Amino acid sequence: MSTQDATAAPPAAGSENYLNCSHGFRSWFFTLDHKRIGVMYLASILSFFLLGGILALLIRTELLTPTRTLMSADDYNKVFTLHGAIMIFLFIIPGIPAALGNFVLPLMLGAKDVALPRLNLASYHLYLVGALIAVLSIVQGGVDAGWTFYAPYSTTTNTAVVTLTFGVFVLGFSSVFTGLNFIVTMHKMRPAGMGWFDMPLMLWALYATSIIQVLATPILGITMVLLIVERVMGIGIFDPALGGDPVLYQHFFWFYSHPAVYIMILPAMGIISEVVSVFSRKHIFGYRAIAYSSIAIAAFSFLVWGHHMFTSGQSELMNMIFSALTFSVSIPSAVKMFNWLSTMYKGSIRFDTPMIYALSFMFLFGIGGLTGLFLGSLATDVHLHDTYFVVAHFHYVMFGGTVIAFLAGLHYWWPKMFGRMYDEKWGRISAIVISVGFNITFFTQFVMGSQGMPRRYYAYVDKFEPYHVISSFGSYLMAAGFFMTAWYLVKSLYRGRPAPVNPWGGGSMEWQAASPPVVHNFTDEPVGGDPYDYANQAYDPALGGYVLRKTEVSDR
Amino acid sequence: MILSGLLNTLSVRGAGVPFLATGDGTFWLPVRATEAAGTVDNLFYFIFWISLFFFTLLMALLAIFAVRYRRRREGEEPEPSPSHNLAVEVVWTAIPVLLVAAIFWFGFQAYVDMSTPPLDSYQIQVTGQKWKWTFTYPNGYVDELLHVPADRPVQLVMTSQDVIHSLSIPAFRIKRDLVPGRYSKAWFTAVRPGDYDIYCAEYCGTQHSSMLSTVKVLPPEEFDAWLLAHSDILSGLTPVEGGERVYNVLGCKQCHSLDGAAGVGPTFRDLFGSERPLKGGGRVLVDENYVSSSVLDPQSQIVQGFEPVMPTFKGRIKDQEITALIAFLKSLSGHAPRDEAPAAAGAGTP
Repeated sequence: MSTQDATAAPPAAGSENYLNCSHGFRSWFFTLDHKRIGVMYLASILSFFLLGGILALLIRTELLTPTRTLMSADDYNKVFTLHGAIMIFLFIIPGIPAALGNFVLPLMLGAKDVALPRLNLASYHLYLVGALIAVLSIVQGGVDAGWTFYAPYSTTTNTAVVTLTFGVFVLGFSSVFTGLNFIVTMHKMRPAGMGWFDMPLMLWALYATSIIQVLATPILGITMVLLIVERVMGIGIFDPALGGDPVLYQHFFWFYSHPAVYIMILPAMGIISEVVSVFSRKHIFGYRAIAYSSIAIAAFSFLVWGHHMFTSGQSELMNMIFSALTFSVSIPSAVKMFNWLSTMYKGSIRFDTPMIYALSFMFLFGIGGLTGLFLGSLATDVHLHDTYFVVAHFHYVMFGGTVIAFLAGLHYWWPKMFGRMYDEKWGRISAIVISVGFNITFFTQFVMGSQGMPRRYYAYVDKFEPYHVISSFGSYLMAAGFFMTAWYLVKSLYRGRPAPVNPWGGGSMEWQAASPPVVHNFTDEPVGGDPYDYANQAYDPALGGYVLRKTEVSDR
Repeated sequence: MILSGLLNTLSVRGAGVPFLATGDGTFWLPVRATEAAGTVDNLFYFIFWISLFFFTLLMALLAIFAVRYRRRREGEEPEPSPSHNLAVEVVWTAIPVLLVAAIFWFGFQAYVDMSTPPLDSYQIQVTGQKWKWTFTYPNGYVDELLHVPADRPVQLVMTSQDVIHSLSIPAFRIKRDLVPGRYSKAWFTAVRPGDYDIYCAEYCGTQHSSMLSTVKVLPPEEFDAWLLAHSDILSGLTPVEGGERVYNVLGCKQCHSLDGAAGVGPTFRDLFGSERPLKGGGRVLVDENYVSSSVLDPQSQIVQGFEPVMPTFKGRIKDQEITALIAFLKSLSGHAPRDEAPAAAGAGTP
């Protein structure tokens, strides 16, 4: 079985772990093990990331020329709708919390599992059901309403809106279940001696995320139900032709969907807090400020939805209030940036793939955050609203922020999840290729957006062609980076060097579990303490990883 | 106090000379064709330079730290350094608070100006529908292009006939949604004659990206001349053709058919020259005077079998247009004496 000292030695080849303890479809599909559920989530979201990515490449290819390149206007409208809906609801929202979070949260608490393992499995099964319903809408001919489903377009178009919105409704429950489970787990399963302010910051981030998931997602569910009721039964809620109010739809939708962008970015910030500290080998700077800022972002996130509606006709007073509140949410994000930077100061920085991604995150999220100032400010937003400037800002935050941080976390925990090291050289090259490709793709979109190019345009005025061509070129470069990543990660599963217990010198408890962990996570009780104190570890060149110094000291 | 002083110094409102007058576009922003565009662009560049400054500062520190504190050999441990410093953390929270407060304030001020049209604005009605724009001038003239006078405040009163659209004129820095069942407004004072793009900025279906138009800014006197010339919808047409145009453009065709079927109002076929019973007794000969009075004062003599629902066209129709309409009616009627050759009677007698 496992070795005596799991903290010091990698498991012998062939030792039992959560991956090989049982076999067969049922042992996975009905597992209650948070690690297996996390891995299934990971496989699922990556499949949808691939699908959403292919749709993105179709969009970029269509936009190579000002008129028709590949497809008709109707097909284009369906492609961008599905790109948005799949990326948002099937990839980014469950991405970090349900896939990576599920795997690491109990490990970081030194626990055996989440508090409610059956609810966890139910969450995954609901995700699959919701995803299948959403995919069914493609079979039915697709949806062309945009991922925002604005009424009355969405209530009058003759595409499969009901199917897709019902899929979103089901996915909402999956998201609520995950959030609820995480909240209960963090309240009830912290080990003795771990207070709230002794938790790794990833857990603070997941906690803030879970609060938003539990409180905001029901609003989306209700909104989708109202939309379906209007379409199916002709009851006028949003369509003025039936006596409804289309602006009400926008309020409902953004009341969820603005907090939802923090469901996407908060866990990403949690990953960066871990990675920057570990790879700088320095205690995170301003722990409490980062923890509080996560909670502050979660709280403010509920108060700013109206900034999506500055041109919708809501009153000037509301616009003023929402603009002011919007700026308040920029402060905790800025504080986090300063803290990460200060963590690097006087550190001992190692540039492994996760750190390359973390640095890339700080660059891209910096641009994403600062361009938000142009959109929070009323007079400039009127000009920039619904242009490619917004598309670029959103992608800098959601892709440059969340997806890049997801990749940082994936590479950071990959050795723990699968017990294998990937090819470090290709990891770094791909990280750089993806970041460069990303900037070429989306920075161009800032310029064309501020020049006036509206979003969701199938055809465009000739003067925007050079920008679109450059942007599309960047997207192909990015795609190349992702295919490289897929290649070396898959290869690592078969040929990768066995991972040591703690390859990076992480201080949180998951780095005391074997790589990959045993079914019940820990063979020995993990040693608690400050997760950002690296003084009690030492590098062991023979293992290619770090070991706890305490063990050695007590042996002498 | 310091803040308000700063605000006054940097004020981007119209009081002082704007940093950017109207003029050609820049790398980031398109040509500026309104007064407000200069204000918006000042704010844009104010935020831009603040952002660029802090971004450069942060990334420079990132690069310096990355190089200076790189791990030189495996197992190297850093020197101890503090992981917390209240003073520093308060300062780097306070500075962004002040800066975003300033950005908010400038953005709000400029927005209030952009939302408050002068009372004497020239009003143009805008209708959006899948997938075209319709601009209606105060005298009833309808066009698919937007012509506006320079140097005069213009207010757009807008609504949509189907789904939400959004009128976007990048050169004017304005954008406003058109919501079905509501009126929304936007205003501007264009100062630079020329042609500028109009886009639909709210996704509205198949032809969303073709829902384009052009705003033509004309010098004030040229605008007046243009409107006068184009409002004359009879120009270059024979009286019968002109009458048919009036029939189509002014909306007669909604209620009066040409094929003999009674609609909300009597059909125009074989109407002129006939005698009709009136509601409440008596008869009337449909002649020039009756047509004219029916257009200008439609409630006065209602033909039996119809309701008094027609609105008056007084003030919306010119005398020549009524004359042309009469010629058109004559061409449709077998009772009417043919003054001239029946060449134009396309819809004429069998």
